[in-house]
Amino acid sequence: MTEFGVDVSAEDIIDTLGFFDDWEDRYKYIIDLGKELPALPESARTEQNLVRGCQSQVWLDSSLKQGKMYFGADSDAFIVKGLLAIVLAAYNGKTPTEVNAFDIDAYFNDLSLLSHLSSTRGNGLKSMVERIQAEATEAL
Amino acid sequence: MNHFDVGELRSQFPILQQRVNGQPLVYLDNAATTQKPDSVIDAIANYYRNDNANVHRGAHALSDRATEVFESARQKVAEFISASSKDEVLWTRGTTESINLVASSWGGQNLSAGDRILVSAMEHHANIVPWQMVAEKHGARVEPIPVDADGSINMAAFVSLLDERVKMVAVGHVSNALGSINPVSEIISLAHGVGARVLIDAAQSIAHWPVNVAELNCDFYAFSAHKMFGPTGMGVLYGKRECLESMPPYQGGGEMIETVSFAGTTFNKLPYKFEAGTPNIAGAVGLAAAVEFLQGIDRTAADQHETQLLARAEQELDALGGYQIVGKASQRVAVLSFIGDFAHPQDIGMILDKQGVAVRTGNHCAQPIMDQFGIPGTVRASFSLYNTVEDVDRLIAGLAKAKMFLA
Repeated sequence: MTEFGVDVSAEDIIDTLGFFDDWEDRYKYIIDLGKELPALPESARTEQNLVRGCQSQVWLDSSLKQGKMYFGADSDAFIVKGLLAIVLAAYNGKTPTEVNAFDIDAYFNDLSLLSHLSSTRGNGLKSMVERIQAEATEAL
Repeated sequence: MNHFDVGELRSQFPILQQRVNGQPLVYLDNAATTQKPDSVIDAIANYYRNDNANVHRGAHALSDRATEVFESARQKVAEFISASSKDEVLWTRGTTESINLVASSWGGQNLSAGDRILVSAMEHHANIVPWQMVAEKHGARVEPIPVDADGSINMAAFVSLLDERVKMVAVGHVSNALGSINPVSEIISLAHGVGARVLIDAAQSIAHWPVNVAELNCDFYAFSAHKMFGPTGMGVLYGKRECLESMPPYQGGGEMIETVSFAGTTFNKLPYKFEAGTPNIAGAVGLAAAVEFLQGIDRTAADQHETQLLARAEQELDALGGYQIVGKASQRVAVLSFIGDFAHPQDIGMILDKQGVAVRTGNHCAQPIMDQFGIPGTVRASFSLYNTVEDVDRLIAGLAKAKMFLA
């Protein structure tokens, strides 16, 4: 299992995804990232941690340790889970100020994955990012 | 003489000529919305280029022309569904608004505490929620008609639910999630037997075969233009004259009144009583063009074509393995709803999209039946008359790749 944001950073993901030419390699990599993301324990899959999407569901568990934010996330869909790993690589282990300063749209745009972030109802990813940002603001 | 040539038909749909993600587009999301032929697109554009004016009130040539095309569209739709008069054809924004109109206006007048409304367990949310809203207001209850594991209505259970407290039976002609064709003629006559009214949600059937509301003897029939090659934001509510006459207006405003004073207001006659405000005139023009498009096609041949596509898709999906069809009612339109035993429907849909194949994934706004089946949703490939055997083969090739990718 990989700790995203520690073992794999946002820069690592940008470098690796940029290296692939065709969508098949890109999506295989995204799915592999999802497989590396530690599953959330059943106890963290609570109604409160659930971010509802129209199609798939996302769970988000967060904690604050010594001024830094840590997130665990899970989904019932493989590709969405890979996208969650990509989000966590950007946010994990950062201070609330750093979380708020991070331009997630630019990051997904660099990865040519912006359509996944902008589909409001589809996959719960957008709602999860909004929840992370709200929690960071609260922790300021 | 009408004929059916899929290649020629397809060439009338400019949107289908494009590439998506580097591949020629395979559009299999027709149950969500159908694409529009040149004739519909041109009719709407020409209306705005040449005839646009407000209807029924202008003292000038353009207004007369706009009124003429608007009202002749209503006549065309009345003939298309075999309504006895164009006064029984109301314009709405779509099926959802048509159902809300009946729930609010008819329901508000006719429902009281203890009354029951029956809807099938596989209805679209649009044919559940409006009834729940009005039922709650009047102390009535919305109850599901059980659906069997194969996706067909359990008629014995339906019969046992019927009593004189049932005031409305609202069912889809075709299930949007599973494609099941419901035995609406039988449902209508059984419901009438206990004095209930019947609303048929025809959103998913209107593009597939000719309808005759007089023969069906339903009280209300609702459908959307955009699912039958017409524009979005345009819909129809057919209602029997006797029902519509006694119902109160749905919304207030201009057009729906006869006289207004602060002492009191009197309402316009049918169908205008239910059409407050400036209507979607271009939508009516586009819908009329869509009706003409359908009338120019051999619809029996079109139906056979779609049935062949479904049979081929089912057979090839079966041969591929790893996928299970959800909903196997004996009577179905060309909708293939399925799940993979190796991944979430959304994963499968995303991999198909990368290959230029457009399908819908999710619960299809029919959560109760998905809950009953214990699945989060399905992948739904829905075919239309312009789809081809090549489209089916591209879908199956895409699904083979999705399986390789995700399994």
